[in-house]
Amino acid sequence: MGLKLVLTGNYSIAYAAKMARVNVVAAYPITPQTSIVEKLAELIEGGELDAVMIRVESEHSALAACFGAALAGARVFTATSSQGLLYMHEMVHWASRARIPIVMGIVTRTLGPPWNIWPDHTDYMDQRDTGWVMSFAVDNQEAFDLTLQAFKISEDPRVYLPVMVGIEGFILGHTTMPVEIPDQSAVDEWLGPRRQPYVIDGSDHLALGNLASPEDTEEFFMDIQNAMEEAKKVIAEVDEEYSKIAGRPSMGLVECFKCEDAKYLAVSMGAWSGDLKEAILQLRDEGFDVGLARIRYYRPFPAEQLYERARGAKGVVVFDRAISFGSAGPIFLDTLASIARYSRKTPYVKNVVAGLGGVNITSEDFSKIIRKFVEEVESDALVPFEWYHRRGG
Amino acid sequence: MRVVVEPSRYKIPLARPSIGVAGKTGSWRLERPIVDNNACTRCFLCEIHCPVNVIRVEPETGVSINYDYCKGCGLCADVCPVGAIKMVPEE
Amino acid sequence: MSKPALPYKARDVVLPGDAACPGCPIPIAWKVLSAVFGDKMILVIPASCSSVVVGMYPGNSLKASVIHVPFASAAAVASGVAEALEKRGVSDVQVIAWAGDGGTADIGMASLSGAAERNHNFIYIMYDNEAYMNTGIQRSSSTPRGAWTTTTPILGKGEEKKDVARIMIAHGVPYVATASIGYVHDFYSKLVRASKIKGFKFISLHAPCPVGWRFDPRYTVRVARLAVETGLWILYEYYDGRIHLSGPSRPLLDPSKRKPVEEYLKLQGRFKNVDEKMVKSIQEYVENNWEWVKRHM
Repeated sequence: MGLKLVLTGNYSIAYAAKMARVNVVAAYPITPQTSIVEKLAELIEGGELDAVMIRVESEHSALAACFGAALAGARVFTATSSQGLLYMHEMVHWASRARIPIVMGIVTRTLGPPWNIWPDHTDYMDQRDTGWVMSFAVDNQEAFDLTLQAFKISEDPRVYLPVMVGIEGFILGHTTMPVEIPDQSAVDEWLGPRRQPYVIDGSDHLALGNLASPEDTEEFFMDIQNAMEEAKKVIAEVDEEYSKIAGRPSMGLVECFKCEDAKYLAVSMGAWSGDLKEAILQLRDEGFDVGLARIRYYRPFPAEQLYERARGAKGVVVFDRAISFGSAGPIFLDTLASIARYSRKTPYVKNVVAGLGGVNITSEDFSKIIRKFVEEVESDALVPFEWYHRRGG
Repeated sequence: MRVVVEPSRYKIPLARPSIGVAGKTGSWRLERPIVDNNACTRCFLCEIHCPVNVIRVEPETGVSINYDYCKGCGLCADVCPVGAIKMVPEE
Repeated sequence: MSKPALPYKARDVVLPGDAACPGCPIPIAWKVLSAVFGDKMILVIPASCSSVVVGMYPGNSLKASVIHVPFASAAAVASGVAEALEKRGVSDVQVIAWAGDGGTADIGMASLSGAAERNHNFIYIMYDNEAYMNTGIQRSSSTPRGAWTTTTPILGKGEEKKDVARIMIAHGVPYVATASIGYVHDFYSKLVRASKIKGFKFISLHAPCPVGWRFDPRYTVRVARLAVETGLWILYEYYDGRIHLSGPSRPLLDPSKRKPVEEYLKLQGRFKNVDEKMVKSIQEYVENNWEWVKRHM
């Protein structure tokens, strides 16, 4: 069996890349991601990981170098945050449209100005439409598990899309927790060698990305959408297989926490879901029929699963740590669309945007918000959108 | 390190070599090069410089041109050191 | 006796019927590349005329490997390709970043500088047509002073041309060269030398564009040669810490052997509006360049 290490979220991601035996790492420092690539550099220079480290001059080049290495047959990894992620955004699209497997860690951090190093989800959400499979962890163990699984999902011929794994900076990134690391030989056997749809190494005359007609181009993009649909199956399958190596239950795209019979369903993503779970336990004690559907994969969005969880509920409250200014939180928009896709009879759905700029939201805050939400539903006076803001504490 | 190439069922923007990707040139070419193979010294300069790679020089037979794809730029005539290539208007 | 690589090895890779304008220097250069590397080359091409020249999916006018990449990323993508191939032990294929002057001297400068400093094992070729030709002849930092472009439509470019080869020399990379589409054998021998050196190689290739420079397409090679003959474009290699002048430029160390710059300028519509003062200043630019070259020989 494997071993148990006490790791930060960042190191958990680095160790997952090591366990996947990546061949090339290209990265650029940015707070709060930096310690991932520092750890990988240490593992590589110390001879524990047989990989090439390309210490690039920008994030744009970090993903560009990973892209090139991936085309040429390498299993690659990079990680970034915030402004760095935005700076590489052009390459983020390019990688998925080229259908080349790549794994990237995103340690989320607020965008500026003002300069702010605390986490929210805005940088991550900015990648929403890029064609990457996007997961998000709740704790360091899941950061490790999702990262390792990302390689398998990305390299599955039914998917062949890059995968990004999100965690919040500092909250997970720099906080230590015990993390179970599976046995390397079991991982090797399960993950297998690098797999990709084509390789550009001179062995064949391939040209990636020549000008194409509108019709051909649209067909490429339609197939990305098709692959996203397939990815839902693959993610569940991979999680199931992995659970056998890891000895922990699988969860698939959504974690259901006391949500089976919940009259009131909370939807959230990321580390604050831990505080939200505490609030739910507290509220259950108080007699509220509350549960949580936690998004583990934001893309493909688990529309069916959320609909299944939400259809029997009277009210759904969606917590977003990001906002599409002038509209609402992205998870709320996806949730609402998912429910409406399957039924015209929708429950009350409320959006609470909170925690932007790294504002700390506690389990008491969640309890307060949910109590108010229940009251609104019960009195048929829903406030559909609320920006929950607090100071101090 | 091993790489397994397993093709995708999906449509991927990968192109392959083919002649005439931008079509034939006969319908729009304004001038065509005409070669005097008696004057030709087989120096190969026209073949080397032809941007469309349609000129072949053979020591025995001299210059031949694939007019399907010749764009009529006239570069061959300009680099010919003995004036063996003339550009003539297309009818 | 074996047949010369030019033209024989250049016959099979550049396929007829591409989407280049008549007289375009790009496929001429590709023929020279193929004379050295055959089909065993991977061209990493950022947004540029070359993105279009190779033609439309599902076809491709090159019997070689091509990776189209975003504008600023050619050197970084090539870095990744080169490192992965080395890690895999693939050594029979040459990685070449093939970028225009916009993709090199402007938007690609940072990634070029980064790749050069890290000394990745590939050849970076900047084909210099001295403006953004694919978008319709806009000024780049590599456009020469006095030249008309659509973004310097009345006054011509007011600033001096950025000398990227010198910038690359300052990076201390193992090989830097200038080359010209007018001297294909010289370009060929530079590629051969570059291919034998491990690490980062940079070649700045002067590539006159008939459309953008406003000259008859038949004069692509003539214009390129005049740039060299007037001393405006100096052919050299830089290795072992000094400049080695190349054959066509060697006699021009003697200023009396250089043709006056007017002979180069008058063939091109883009210099139609330069006045005597500007011509004089362009001539001074030539002298200054030669002084710099002499100091580093």
